[in-house]
Amino acid sequence: MSNAVSALQGKTYAGFATVTEAGLQGMITLRGDLSSAKVKKAVKAAAGVDVPAQRRIVLKDGKGAGWMSPDELLILVPYAEARAAVDALSAALAGEHALVADVSDARAMFRVKGARADQVLMKLCPVDLPSLAEGELRRTRAAQVAAALWKSDRDEFTIVSFRSVASYVFGALETSARPGSEIS
Amino acid sequence: MSTRLHRGGRLIDRAKPLSFTFNGRRMKGYQGDTLASALLGADQMLLGRSFKYHRPRGLVASGAEEPNALVGLGEGARFEPNQRTTTTELFDGATMASQNHWPSLEFDVGAINNSFGRFLPGGFYYKTFMFPRFAWKHLFEPVIRRSAGLGKVPKDRDADRYEYAYAFADLVVVGGGIAGIAAALEAGKAGKRVLLIEQTAHWGGRAPVDGVEIDGKPADEWVNKTVEILGKMENVTLRLRTMASGLYDHGYLLAYERIADHAPGDGRPRHRLWRIRAGHVVTATGAIERPLSFAGNDIPGVMLAGAVRDYVVNWAVSPGDRTVIVTNNDDAYRTALALVEAGLIVPAVIDARAHVKGALPEAARARGIRVLEGRGIAKVKGGKRVTGVSICAQAGEGAELEFIDCDAVAMSGGWSPVVHLWSHCGGKLVWDEARAMFRPDAARPPTGEDGKAMVTAVGSANGALTADEVLADVAAQIGGKAARTDAAAESALEPVWVMPQGAGPALRMKMWLDPQNDVKVSDVQLAAREGYHSVEHTKRYTTLGMATDQGKLSNINGLAILSDSLSQAIPQTGTTTFRPPYTPISMGAIAGEARGEIFQPLRKSPMDEWHAANGAYFEPVGLWRRPYCYQRPGEGVHEAVNREIGNARSKVGMLDASTLGKLVVKGPDAGKFLDMLYTGVMSTLPVGKCRYGLMCTENGFLSDDGVVVRLSEDTWLCHTTSGGADRIHGWMEDWLQCEWWDWKVYTANLTEEYAQIAVAGPNARKVLEKLGGMDVSAAGLPAMEWREGVLGGCRARIYRISFSGELSYEIAVPASEGLALWKALSAAGEEFGVMPYGTEAMHIMRAEKGFIMIGDETDGTVIPQDLNLNWAISKKKADYLGKRAQERSHMASPERWKLVGLETLDGSVLPDGVYAVAEGVNANGQRNVQGRVTSTYFSPTLGKGIAMGLVRHGPERMGEVLDFPGDGGKVHKARIVDQVFYDKEGAKQNV
Repeated sequence: MSNAVSALQGKTYAGFATVTEAGLQGMITLRGDLSSAKVKKAVKAAAGVDVPAQRRIVLKDGKGAGWMSPDELLILVPYAEARAAVDALSAALAGEHALVADVSDARAMFRVKGARADQVLMKLCPVDLPSLAEGELRRTRAAQVAAALWKSDRDEFTIVSFRSVASYVFGALETSARPGSEIS
Repeated sequence: MSTRLHRGGRLIDRAKPLSFTFNGRRMKGYQGDTLASALLGADQMLLGRSFKYHRPRGLVASGAEEPNALVGLGEGARFEPNQRTTTTELFDGATMASQNHWPSLEFDVGAINNSFGRFLPGGFYYKTFMFPRFAWKHLFEPVIRRSAGLGKVPKDRDADRYEYAYAFADLVVVGGGIAGIAAALEAGKAGKRVLLIEQTAHWGGRAPVDGVEIDGKPADEWVNKTVEILGKMENVTLRLRTMASGLYDHGYLLAYERIADHAPGDGRPRHRLWRIRAGHVVTATGAIERPLSFAGNDIPGVMLAGAVRDYVVNWAVSPGDRTVIVTNNDDAYRTALALVEAGLIVPAVIDARAHVKGALPEAARARGIRVLEGRGIAKVKGGKRVTGVSICAQAGEGAELEFIDCDAVAMSGGWSPVVHLWSHCGGKLVWDEARAMFRPDAARPPTGEDGKAMVTAVGSANGALTADEVLADVAAQIGGKAARTDAAAESALEPVWVMPQGAGPALRMKMWLDPQNDVKVSDVQLAAREGYHSVEHTKRYTTLGMATDQGKLSNINGLAILSDSLSQAIPQTGTTTFRPPYTPISMGAIAGEARGEIFQPLRKSPMDEWHAANGAYFEPVGLWRRPYCYQRPGEGVHEAVNREIGNARSKVGMLDASTLGKLVVKGPDAGKFLDMLYTGVMSTLPVGKCRYGLMCTENGFLSDDGVVVRLSEDTWLCHTTSGGADRIHGWMEDWLQCEWWDWKVYTANLTEEYAQIAVAGPNARKVLEKLGGMDVSAAGLPAMEWREGVLGGCRARIYRISFSGELSYEIAVPASEGLALWKALSAAGEEFGVMPYGTEAMHIMRAEKGFIMIGDETDGTVIPQDLNLNWAISKKKADYLGKRAQERSHMASPERWKLVGLETLDGSVLPDGVYAVAEGVNANGQRNVQGRVTSTYFSPTLGKGIAMGLVRHGPERMGEVLDFPGDGGKVHKARIVDQVFYDKEGAKQNV
């Protein structure tokens, strides 16, 4: 595990907003019946939060869970804890019809930060960003590839894509953040 | 002469002179000019040549409707043809070149078409298609091709950048004239999220030019004050230089922002394409003035009356010292008054109406302007410039009553509302007899998903013409109380489609409807005589309203002439279809950010960086790039491939197989599910083992293949082809969600979670053993089994599977550790002669072993039985996807072509895809065929060409020689052989 490197190894670009590849992040796909007591309990134990409501993401102390679809959650934990969390979830859900898979290495994560961070994403994602609520997880696309995003801080968005297209996503974010192309 | 006036010009800043060139000549303008006003101010009236007759062309209009004043703008990487000078702002250093002439604008050889105009009537192009047949190909096409097209194609890569932006609004107001501003204000006050866009660089539209007062203040002041209020509203966004280009279903509105056209190279994107979701759209897009059809109305110096007023008031440019006004309505008198106000001469207003009263004509008379009632222009005199007009009775046939010297003519045939956006998405129009205009029919609007109106047209776009009417219309439809104006009441216009009404053929041949495409009144009349009754057909036959301006000036006049020729009412003829974009938008804006590195997503494996640094020659595989081979200095691609194969066969090679699809399937019904998906049985596969499987479509055709792995009692991992991963995942979910929704199965696409490396060759085991951590011995990890553990410090799952025919391990590790493992294997393998190999070596090695490849041996028409893969098809299973189809008579026929190996008699390589011919010819007279090549390579292992192909009765015809005609008459002779060329008994991989 000490050999693990993220797709772009923390590459960063400072335009009218700052774009950064956020490094390794533990991510787990959980598919199952989100209303089941066993699933709720397992999620609470692994992520430290309740099963999120539709289109919501709940984060707490570096862990959390996001709603991906009616039968799918994204569990976030520190990268080093992902494997153990997968094992724990799998054990807790034994006998339950559910699928737990480590997807930490299948993804890339980015942060876009700055007072105009939303203007970077406005150019790539067909999302009504001014209406994006705190704690809302939006599955969308960034230019030509699938992406998910949420507002992770004041003036900061987090974007998740597939790992293989990390340099494409970074390039699109970088291009959109170039000085002179501010929207307002 | 057109010239710059010494006073006035509400949009120009005389303190900021700008210089530019036209056809290499240096000229001067001011900040705030459009290219058109700057050219006119510099006395450049002649701006181009028309499309067909190459007639001299000058400015007609002052906005988006301009048909003539198109130029090639910029140079080199910033050159763009057909730029409309009326809608592009002047910038310092602008370089313009006129279009469509040779050798020069002043003297043009193509103008000879003009003299032979009667041989090029409407429908000329179509007639050339028809008769005589040979003439099109040999005579007309070469000539027309050379003369067709307006402007030059840019040759350099575009220096600018472009982007998209997405926006959402409750209400988008299109048009920043007084109607749009008033509508935005009302909606803003109501708390709606409002986006107000205006295509020009200025708010206010026509009202300030027309000199009306609103709420007791000049329109300019009212506009500035209201825009300031709007600017302070948090829920209102204002965007200038943004043109609504098209409206689509569900309130999807495309808008085109020209960010930096007026400041090229300042680092900003040039254009931005807005993709807007609008809850509702208000079109306050104004109206466009119509020309009048009189002989010589295309001569430079004949302009729209409103445009003449714009040039004088906005930019202090006079089109001439003496301007004759010709009209059928009161509005044109505003131009007469504006010209006199500016100190210019109006020799006469020629009004087609018999009796002219009204406040505006009276005001003109009071200023001493001569008003000629019931008169028309018989003919304009002039060549490259108007020199005078011949006056006649409008009711007559054109006999000259009087000749007036002048250097400009300002014409007005009434106004047509801009109904494009209203119409794009299905809004219908109604013919307003009194105003002679098509305007939006509020009873038949474009509707949204709720069946309710998606668009509201207000102001002039809705047929309101005076400022009073405009503001009252906004108040009535959007809300609020209309501001008071001092706009003069106007008396009714009189529709005039031909001037004079009894004009004979000689005059009608000189009456231009469409000056860009050279369509005249006589052409439309000819089309009607030749049987063209539909307005859409007439448009295409005559080219009326085609090309860059899409008939913004010519449409209504043309269909009025057509209606008259067909003796039917105008609404019966109808309009042509209004289609987006409203005015042309740049190709760059459509491409957006997608160019260069981010033209398309490029999928990269976790080891991509290493490959690039180590001589990889990449090939695209879906959106992935994969090393085709690794070239050493001075080495060709072919030599590299041969070296890689030789090394893997004799020592050991490594392949980056990370792109292989990896789909996990889990649940109590997962086994049952996979038994339906695959032709073989996967439910009985023991935990810890691997099995090769085939997937077919419902129609029985082979769709994908790969190794299936049983991970646990209820979990399987399905490997798919690299290109098939997403497709097969979608296929699985489709069946689970739509057909077998009650089966308890979950899937997840883990393709990208793992880096996968194939280590293949006689020394493969030694390399893994040196890395250490896992038992990879023949007994510890037998063929077609897998083990998990830590290999060389990486969390690994090793599959003992072979696609090369060698002793082979495929090692999957988390993608984040892929590069580390790759490097560790390279280092550990050094003493055993390890080398990376690419996809081509992989392809050739699998062909040497007779393994099929999806996409080579399959093409959507091939079933597994054709490939002799019956061993992988269960005969016991009651069903699987494709089973029933494969039992159909044609699928089960022994006549189907089946897979065999092929070897040329001389050891050469067969061309790919060639057919084996049989005796005789088919019904089409083509040679009969009996087989074709599906894969063909030079095998370095065997030192000769090898191939696979599908041949009728192939497996029963071993040893037969077939003829494969290739290029250049050469016939390749190849013998049918066993498809396994190398190590048939599998001794190499089972060690």
